[in-house]
Amino acid sequence: MPAIFSRSADLILKLGGLVVGAGLMAGVGLYSYASHPRVQDTGYQPEQPVPYSHKLHAGTMGMDCTYCHYTVTKAGFAAIPPTEVCMNCHKQVKAKSEKLAPVRASYETGKPVEWLKIHKLPDYVYFNHQAHVVSGVSCVSCHGRVDQMVEVRQHEPLNMAWCISCHRNPAARLRPAHLVTKLDWVPDRDAEVIGKEIIAAKNINPPVNCSGCHR
Amino acid sequence: MSKLIQINPTQTGPKYWRSLGELYNKPEFRDWVDSEFAGGAAETLDQGSRRNVLKLMAASFGLAGLTACRRPEEKILPHSKGLEGFIPGKPDRYASAYTLSGVASGILVETYDGRPTKIDGNDKHPTSFGASTALTQASILSMYDPDRSKEVLKGGVPSSWKAFTEGSKSVNPGEGLAILSEINNSPSLTAMKQFVMGKYPNARWVEYEPVNYGGAAAGSALAFGAGVDAHPQFDKAKVILSLDYDFLGIDSPTTLVTRQFAQGRRIDEHAETMNRLYIAEGQFSLTGAMADHRLRMKVSEVKSFAMQLGEALGVLPAGLNVLGNTDKKTKFLNALAKDLKANQGAALVVAGPRQPAVVHAIAHLINSSLGAPVVFTKSATGGEDPVAAIKALAADMSSGAVSTLVILGGNPVFTAPADTQFGAALAKVKTSIHLGLELDETAKAASWHVPQAHTLECWGDGSAIDGTVTIQQPMIEPLYGGKSAIELLAMLFGAPSAKGFEIVKNYWMSAFTGDKEAAWRTALHDGVVAGSASAELKPGADAGRVKAAAAAEPKASGSGFEVSFYPSATCYDGRYANNGWMQECPDPMTKIIWGNAALVSPKTARDKGFKDDDMVKINANGGSITIPVMVQPGMADNAVWLNLGYGRRSIGRVGEGVGVNVYPIRTTGGFWFAEGATVEKTGETFSIATTQEYHRMEEPTLPIPTNFKRPIVREATLEEYKKNPKFAEEMVEHPPLNSIYGDWKYDKGFQWGMAIDLNACTGCNACIIACQSENNIPIVGKKEVMRGREMHWIRMDRYYTGTEDDPQAVTQPVNCQQCENAPCENVCPVAATVHSPEGLNDMAYNRCVGTRYCANNCPYKVRRFNFFNWHKNITEVEKMVHNPDVSVRMRGVMEKCTYCTQRISQGKIQLKADARRAGKAVELKDGYITTACQDACPAEAIAFGNILDPESKVAKMKKQERNYAMLAELNVKPRTTYLAKLRNPNPELA
Repeated sequence: MPAIFSRSADLILKLGGLVVGAGLMAGVGLYSYASHPRVQDTGYQPEQPVPYSHKLHAGTMGMDCTYCHYTVTKAGFAAIPPTEVCMNCHKQVKAKSEKLAPVRASYETGKPVEWLKIHKLPDYVYFNHQAHVVSGVSCVSCHGRVDQMVEVRQHEPLNMAWCISCHRNPAARLRPAHLVTKLDWVPDRDAEVIGKEIIAAKNINPPVNCSGCHR
Repeated sequence: MSKLIQINPTQTGPKYWRSLGELYNKPEFRDWVDSEFAGGAAETLDQGSRRNVLKLMAASFGLAGLTACRRPEEKILPHSKGLEGFIPGKPDRYASAYTLSGVASGILVETYDGRPTKIDGNDKHPTSFGASTALTQASILSMYDPDRSKEVLKGGVPSSWKAFTEGSKSVNPGEGLAILSEINNSPSLTAMKQFVMGKYPNARWVEYEPVNYGGAAAGSALAFGAGVDAHPQFDKAKVILSLDYDFLGIDSPTTLVTRQFAQGRRIDEHAETMNRLYIAEGQFSLTGAMADHRLRMKVSEVKSFAMQLGEALGVLPAGLNVLGNTDKKTKFLNALAKDLKANQGAALVVAGPRQPAVVHAIAHLINSSLGAPVVFTKSATGGEDPVAAIKALAADMSSGAVSTLVILGGNPVFTAPADTQFGAALAKVKTSIHLGLELDETAKAASWHVPQAHTLECWGDGSAIDGTVTIQQPMIEPLYGGKSAIELLAMLFGAPSAKGFEIVKNYWMSAFTGDKEAAWRTALHDGVVAGSASAELKPGADAGRVKAAAAAEPKASGSGFEVSFYPSATCYDGRYANNGWMQECPDPMTKIIWGNAALVSPKTARDKGFKDDDMVKINANGGSITIPVMVQPGMADNAVWLNLGYGRRSIGRVGEGVGVNVYPIRTTGGFWFAEGATVEKTGETFSIATTQEYHRMEEPTLPIPTNFKRPIVREATLEEYKKNPKFAEEMVEHPPLNSIYGDWKYDKGFQWGMAIDLNACTGCNACIIACQSENNIPIVGKKEVMRGREMHWIRMDRYYTGTEDDPQAVTQPVNCQQCENAPCENVCPVAATVHSPEGLNDMAYNRCVGTRYCANNCPYKVRRFNFFNWHKNITEVEKMVHNPDVSVRMRGVMEKCTYCTQRISQGKIQLKADARRAGKAVELKDGYITTACQDACPAEAIAFGNILDPESKVAKMKKQERNYAMLAELNVKPRTTYLAKLRNPNPELA
């Protein structure tokens, strides 16, 4: 009885298997790459209901971050300020601006401005701003140069490997606590050395165990 | 292994058992114990076939692929106007009051962003001092109950507030107006009552609750005259006799009693002796479990016992109508009388709410002859007997004398004594207005129903047992637009203001002197109105009157079958029936969940041919019910015990149809107990769910010698302890324990540990509910609990010792022991459970893949697995009760006690931040970080803290000689250790 498949079928089968296997691996690789927070989340820049420019407020005019985000040194959340804080100035400044209409509407009706959340951690992670800011981790370490962003975008992946890299080696990212909101600060000497001094002075020992961040 | 580890033969102590099944090693018990997994552990909720599961999996993978790239859009909604002092995500605590059966306790309510999430005791309140009961804790879930009453009903049909306002104008308040309130302990409600009664002098005011202290009030009226409350000082007593009074359990409305009792029982470096507790009771209660000597008798026989004791102590004349004695009773009576006499000034006799007035009066008489530590004050609640009051009211309703009835809370159609026929009487009332939290039986029967505001939603006030008033402030706007009792009265009867805040504040502004605004603010802040406690009275007991009453008492028959009623430790009188936390909280003694049963003694069960789960028909008080039987050790013979509050016909999806309603056989004459009942088997059966055999800590599959019984709970008498203080540790001898991994040195920073004093623990369940509330622990339902899938992170084990007729019982709370050599960690394939440098056994939920090896390898059986996504089908409003500081766990994830790791993290962050701002070193004050179970515990049995700090309470407790680690011979080095239990028996009764 003649063979159903020729000898070359063997090769085709092997090659075919190889192609399918490679395709699968490429698919898995592509999926892993595409779903990585560095690709997925970094650069997220939604359009906000009010075209608020951090570049103008924090950069050009040099307002301190904590003028608006005033709970950052006291609590886990660096809260978005109540509309009232905007109106502190905008009752006088640009009081008739079309762009500020939603802010005025919120102030008058008592309804919130619906800002879109950019920096989002999974629900099982409990990040605390106070703990970081008081220890001398600058806003810029996680949020980038917000003072140069017209519209805020996510600057870092905020995934666990990224968090842990700093928790394992905090020295490079520590500065005197009063300089945390000075986003353009450049250390006058080796940042590692400054960091190590702060670690010694404040006895900084960031947790690398699960319950440090997961509850 | 069994050859190496020796259970010290001289110190084995008694044999412990958890159920009659275990005592007799019944086959059902062996099946349960010997199986590696509980039956049905692999079954799915809806019995879905394997093919269905695969289909579902394929579909969800597909969806995952499509949705992975989508980032869910989330919004941040800040306030429009800033609120002073408000910081998003930071909890605030407000003082308020919670009232049950006319007794207020001081509470602190934790609120996140205006959303109350947890109730604790108020440490500034004189009867709460920071502790709280399970029922108080669970009331927060009742507020978020999605089945609560949401709208006005007219004749059972949805209507509106507008229609009600219009309709209520036609109410004729002149003749035939009656107001039925719950037991009133509120000064502002009393003021409102006076306003209404002043306007309509012919109106009548009736107070009723199905669980009340009418017998105690009548007893003190008999002994001292009306309006006197007696407050026994348990901490000052050395010998205590309880006459059917479960003061450590459901009979006491406050945590003060437990605290005082535990103080008198504490053995530490300051105290070398402890009180001695005798009890005469029928049901085996928590107080009975704590007792050093217990004499079981029917509830109706306690009166005779009290009279005999009175005779023996010479305060009552001989020749009263008493029952004959058995040898045991004579011996008990003689030893007790001698012990009481020998402790003049520190001997105390207390009687329970089920007992009639004369028993309370005899107790008062004995107490005054013994110089017992009792403080008297003016009564904080009204005088009329609630049972007589509702009987008279129902009669007038039936006769047509009541044309308008306003019911301020409560559910009398369900809870009123059966012979009052309250439901039928209500139908004869022309206009009935029911204010209630739920769409209950009364709401559907009344001509109008209006939704009530929950305690946490409205202004009010309430006085504690000592008269101390707490102002009740709302934590949140009424979720469903309800009104409080004072607001409804103000609206109906035209008070100057109808706003709760104004009524309460105006009342107190007129009551305060000096700087009124400051006094008001201080009272709100502290949760206590300064100086509001009642003044102490020194009433003299009228011995003649009590003697005459005792002489006039007819003799208890002593024969015949008795039925008696108890408030349920879970549903209370029925008001917690729709509360999933309480339904799933095991009864402290029987460990029954999701239901009730008729409890009978083993002898009675044998005589009548009953076994567990048999349905029986009980005829008593002219009615009958059908209920399953559970055989319970330690009960009096020829009697049956029933728990109130189950079998609700109308309340909501949790409680409807759960258990059996026993109110149909409760009458004004047999309100707490009745003789002459008959009990017959119907031939049917019903599965009662009980957790008493769950989570055993012995390895049953090893070929172990039969006498090998690991000492899990350890106890001794005070004498034995004094002879050998280290008895607990010496109960097990083992070779030197070495680990193949090498020991980690936990000698830096904070090292968390816990110590639990079994001598103080009463088994009240407060810790279970506190933990459930703090840690977002789901409710799984009866069917799942019967498969062994309940989720409680801390469980209350209850062991019996001795015979089935007269056992003693011990309770032991068991949570994750946070082993330093944790066996669960070695077997996790994905490192989802690993150790922290502070000695915590961390659980990373998002890493867990659900192999359940850890739970199998846990010697303490404290790990709980999410077989399903228990949080999936809950409503938005129920989600509001969740603690935002704790992850809500998904299906397929293991969980367990974390020592409240969220509190540790938050506490450490705050401490470090404060220290770094101030440029100081971090310093942890003992008590700064606490666990939820520790906060709740009324007995202060649980201590938690840094064990490296020698000044911390936990370190001091661990240093005590009674300290032992459970299963220490396994070398797991648990961080939770126990202080062995001690009993103080009378040598004459040994």
